[in-house]
Amino acid sequence: MPEAATSRNAPPPAREEQFNDLEQQTEAAHLGMWLFLSTEILFFGGLFGAYTIYRVSYPAAFAAASKDLLMWAGAADTAILLVSSFAMAMAVHAAQTDARRALTVFLLLAAGIGGLFLCLHGYEYYKDFAEHHIPGPSFRYEGGKAPANQVQLFFLLYFLMTGLHSLHVTIGIVILTVLAVQSWRGKFSREYYNPVEIAGLYWHFVDIVWVFLFPLLYLIARR
Amino acid sequence: MSTQIPSASDLAETDFGPPPAKNYLNEETTIRSWLLTTDHKRIGLLYLFTILIFFAIASFAAAMMRLELLTPAGDLVLSQTYNKLFTIHGVLMVWFFLIPSIPTVLGNFLIPLMIGARDLAFPKLNLASWYIFITAGAFTLYAVFAGGVETGWTFYTPLSTKYTNTHVFAMAMGVFISGFSSILTGLNFIVTIHKMRAPGMKWMRLPLFCWSLYATSIIMVLATPVLAVVTMLLAIERLWGVGIFDPALGGDPVLFQHLFWFYSHPAVYIMILPGFGVISELITCFSRKRIFGYEFIAFASMAIAILGFVVWGHHMFLSSQSVYSGMVFSFLSFVIAVPSAIKVFNWTATLYKGSITFETPMLYALGFIGLFTIGGMTGLFVAALATDVHLHDTYFVVAHFHYIMVGGMVLAFMGGLHYWWPKITGRRYPEPLGQLAALVTFIGFNLTFFPQFILGYLGMPRRYHAYPPEWQVWNVLSTAGASILAVGYMMPLGYLIWSLKKGKRAGENPWEATGLEWQTTSPPPKHNFDVTPIVTEEPYAYPLAASDEHLKAEKGRRALEHA
Ligand SMILES: [Cu+2]
Repeated sequence: MPEAATSRNAPPPAREEQFNDLEQQTEAAHLGMWLFLSTEILFFGGLFGAYTIYRVSYPAAFAAASKDLLMWAGAADTAILLVSSFAMAMAVHAAQTDARRALTVFLLLAAGIGGLFLCLHGYEYYKDFAEHHIPGPSFRYEGGKAPANQVQLFFLLYFLMTGLHSLHVTIGIVILTVLAVQSWRGKFSREYYNPVEIAGLYWHFVDIVWVFLFPLLYLIARR
Repeated sequence: MSTQIPSASDLAETDFGPPPAKNYLNEETTIRSWLLTTDHKRIGLLYLFTILIFFAIASFAAAMMRLELLTPAGDLVLSQTYNKLFTIHGVLMVWFFLIPSIPTVLGNFLIPLMIGARDLAFPKLNLASWYIFITAGAFTLYAVFAGGVETGWTFYTPLSTKYTNTHVFAMAMGVFISGFSSILTGLNFIVTIHKMRAPGMKWMRLPLFCWSLYATSIIMVLATPVLAVVTMLLAIERLWGVGIFDPALGGDPVLFQHLFWFYSHPAVYIMILPGFGVISELITCFSRKRIFGYEFIAFASMAIAILGFVVWGHHMFLSSQSVYSGMVFSFLSFVIAVPSAIKVFNWTATLYKGSITFETPMLYALGFIGLFTIGGMTGLFVAALATDVHLHDTYFVVAHFHYIMVGGMVLAFMGGLHYWWPKITGRRYPEPLGQLAALVTFIGFNLTFFPQFILGYLGMPRRYHAYPPEWQVWNVLSTAGASILAVGYMMPLGYLIWSLKKGKRAGENPWEATGLEWQTTSPPPKHNFDVTPIVTEEPYAYPLAASDEHLKAEKGRRALEHA
């Protein structure tokens, strides 16, 4: 790879032996990530399907239960993730312009803001726990505005959808942190930053899922 | 100029010299080198070994069921044991044999060879898929040996969530985990076929086996996550009793059926499309003739993959689904029969005026065409709303899908395994024994399952261990057939293992077949090709042309040359 050698002290980019050249490797990784994301859409899609059916069946219960969520926290979650996505986009830009320190900083920033999201969401879960909103034997609903069973269904879907989403955020934070370390050690250059771009696709996807979850879960009763 | 058409049987008796000194089998030989391999060919063999174990356990369960049904009274096993037997049989056969069978064994082995690549796009991911599969198998086998599950492979709620006290959780987890293996395999295949093709391997030069696996992979990637969701919900409901499928708690049991069949109907095509791919390769090779309507076969695979997503409701005609959605699903189920029929017509047209020889793979392929046609046509009986009321949950349905799954997929798998065995191992299997086994399998299969059509028509329901005495004769025939079928399965196991050491050397291309996989040594070297091949022609450039006119033109040309 003669081009790579011109990059400041960068080690030769890692081409795996099954590929003919880096371009092929990059394209394969991109397509692989897009396919993975399409799998994810169907995975969340099953839950969105269940959500749609029960919301249509029990609109009053869903509206009543939604009011028990912390609207300000959901709005803050959304803002936090959008800022994190912006940091990720800046990281990719930094990689493209060979700004290695900026790349490390932005990756850490995106991961850190993701951590903030988890903290805030953990606080929400704590509140739900204290109010006995965790579905199962300990579930209680004293609002009286809707049957407890139907409210429990809402909270089940709420915990499943946001729980799966938080799991994705956690995995994303781990990936971004690993990439930040690799970037700090000088693994990436203008010629080779494929992993950063792939991780970016994943991170934006996770944020987009939240953009759908927020109105569907928090804003049902508020117009 | 020679006009002799080389026939595959001419080469069958030839013993070629020793294999290349270094190939993928002898490069490294430690157990560790196998368990940590990223070579797609070795991973294919790991899968072969694994799924055969599951096949054996699932077949044993089937044998016990057939033995029980020999007499009308429930005298061999308790009804609950019988429930566990058909659950083991269904779960293992569907998720641990049929779905992985051709994709993970032959697909893994062949896709890179057929498109002229050194490996799949993501070799480590490929190995990870196998380990995920093993983990899934461990959960499932735990459920089997800890006491079994009595829900059937469909895990219908509320039986599975509320009323059974068997090991549903472990088995549902096994299925859940196996899904990720399937997703990663499909993803790997799609990326490989898109990005790793050798120079000149245009889409319309892609072997039909690759087309069919491409279509299969789309289903794997897009349908399997829904299976993951539904098994996850099932497990949660069972653990915490939260009521998502429990009407007493506001849930809807039919939602389970919708989510389950949204995966499981497309999964039927995961279990048959790869078989189509194998048959396309075999028919054209043993007819020495170009495949008829290549584009139609390729696009029919894609049409099946897409249409397969919109017919799941035909499993719920009797589950409180509205008549109008029943009509839509019924209509769409008829529509999807069209691309399947296109394939059958194309194979038949390929045979027409071909120079046909009847080696073992071809016998399996011809058996496939007949049995798949019967299986497909009887599918229309159950896809029609009115007849389904009578046939639903009877042995007619059992016979129908076994004609597709066994008569179709298992025969295709066996045919493909025999066809590529020389490439995989570098050795020939004994041809006469192979032909005999194919014949025994065909006879045993029909004797097992044809009587079940009649039983179903007479009204015998599935999943009961006892039945009225007037149905005994058909059940005895079926059990007799099953024992013949077992012989048909055992024979290849014996002579294929024998051939590993004693079989004749195969040489590069024992069938005189086209396709890049035959242009490298048998067994292939670690990275498949010493030089990346360049593709300059269509995939099935056999001596005989595809259409009658071409054939006439060819004959005319030859006559001129001779004159
Ligand atoms: Cu179906």
